[in-house]
Amino acid sequence: MAAQTPEIRASQDVTRSRSIEASTGPAIKLSAQDLSVFYGKFQALKGVCMDIPERQITALIGPSGCGKSTFLRCLNRMNDVLDGVRVEGQLLMDGVNIYDRRVDAVELRKRVGMVFQQPNPFPMSIFDNIAYGPRLHGERNRSRLAEIVENTLRGAALWDEVKDKLHQSAFSLSGGQQQRLCIARVMAVQPEVILMDEPCSALDPNATFRIEELMTQLKQDYTVIIVTHNMYQAARVSQKTGFFLLGDLIEFDETARIFEAPSDKRTEDYVQGRFG
Amino acid sequence: MNQSLAFGCLGLLALSIVAPAILIVWFVLAKGGSMLSVEFLTAMPKDGMTAGGIFPAIAGSIGLVLATMVFAVPVGVLGAVYLSEYARQGLLVRAIRIAIMNLAGVPSIVYGLFGMGVFVMVVMPAIINALNLDPHEYSRSCLLAGAATLALLVLPMIITTSEEALRQVPQHQRHASLALGATKWQTIWRIVLPNAMPGILTGLVLAIGRAAGETAPILLTGAVFYMSRMPGAHDALFKPFMALPYHLFAIATQLPTAPDELKWGVALVLLSIVLGFNIIAVAMRTYLRRKRV
Repeated sequence: MAAQTPEIRASQDVTRSRSIEASTGPAIKLSAQDLSVFYGKFQALKGVCMDIPERQITALIGPSGCGKSTFLRCLNRMNDVLDGVRVEGQLLMDGVNIYDRRVDAVELRKRVGMVFQQPNPFPMSIFDNIAYGPRLHGERNRSRLAEIVENTLRGAALWDEVKDKLHQSAFSLSGGQQQRLCIARVMAVQPEVILMDEPCSALDPNATFRIEELMTQLKQDYTVIIVTHNMYQAARVSQKTGFFLLGDLIEFDETARIFEAPSDKRTEDYVQGRFG
Repeated sequence: MNQSLAFGCLGLLALSIVAPAILIVWFVLAKGGSMLSVEFLTAMPKDGMTAGGIFPAIAGSIGLVLATMVFAVPVGVLGAVYLSEYARQGLLVRAIRIAIMNLAGVPSIVYGLFGMGVFVMVVMPAIINALNLDPHEYSRSCLLAGAATLALLVLPMIITTSEEALRQVPQHQRHASLALGATKWQTIWRIVLPNAMPGILTGLVLAIGRAAGETAPILLTGAVFYMSRMPGAHDALFKPFMALPYHLFAIATQLPTAPDELKWGVALVLLSIVLGFNIIAVAMRTYLRRKRV
């Protein structure tokens, strides 16, 4: 692999065909190598090493303040937006360090989308919300935009619910629908990776179920990484699970192993609900 | 019993706030309403300004407000964007904010003096010179100098309200846009500014009222008592001008023979112009709110 080239815009197809060639197990999409994050003097992440497989769902669990959201925000460099954050170590995406000075964070975020804890649609119509990303990246053609919006909403299993009110405000939707709209808004940019920061914590069980269903579908095309407080959710949807505690990655393994036979005592205590 | 007494007092206090506003409008309408006529609005003054129309003052005031806004709005809004979105929030930005707040408290006559010292004495002569204009035809006390001075006066107001409006835009909206691969400027242009626009327009309403009503700053920078003829469109910016507040001041203090209704008539027109600008701004705000959900 051509190490350290800043060419992170390698087309999706190239990445995919590469992963198909590697027939022994899923390819590694993202690889954290001794990754540390500091907020001022406070060290929020302590030398994390983690290989995230392509087109699977990886769950990050742990008590509040354990660094799992901080780690997630490293993956699309959203930490750059916050004041006084310093990142050390390497984070390789398809073999390229995304913290290399030559990598443009704006370009990176087109390839690594993010869904937030609170549904945060823009105060625009449903159509304009989905079309925001494509417009941003230069798509002006109206019929082409309409096509993208329809395909994306179908992909997010939201089309049938909103097809008659595409030009109504996104706020007219329920909380769960808004969150699925936000997922669709990310899909419209055609990223390779989708990050989700506790996407269901503001939703009721039924809406949560719909989103989990969607996530399972998403993993056929995207690498999905989800931070969750809900251990059952991690167990239900993910293939790999990482357990964070006080900035350390304590254990990272197949989800089944983490929940049934963890190798670390602290992981066992946490997944059995003894603290956190 | 006690409660109704308290509510009564509060109601009375509220009334004492509203009453002056109602009384002013009532007085102006009752006393000046009879002056309104086509001639009053469109003719030049005559008989030593005690009769005829006030057209030059109306045109001057409208031109002055428009020119002031052309100077003040881009600088004020972009300045606010810089301060709240780009600048590192440190000592320097805090110092700038304090300076802006202090500027808002400077008496308007001081702005007038400053405008005379800088725009009339230095900037305008330089512009006239640079453009090779005839200094006998084009004046250095002029609409441009007056508008520049008024722009300085309303800038703190525009910056402060715009910054407040920008702060009201939730942080998660910015993050959502950035996470979709938008640059900072794209996020500001497509998400932050449209969201803040209603609040920014509210600030502009206040600024317009202030600019249209000020007398002291224009007194020293280009407003005149009387003009025998209207300037042409090509040189109006470089000519002295008449304006309603100064006109009112002049006829009320210098012309004992001017009829009372004339003064109230001028006041009514001034009030209507400010109201007219405000209605435009409020209509724009309502339109934007509706368009954005």
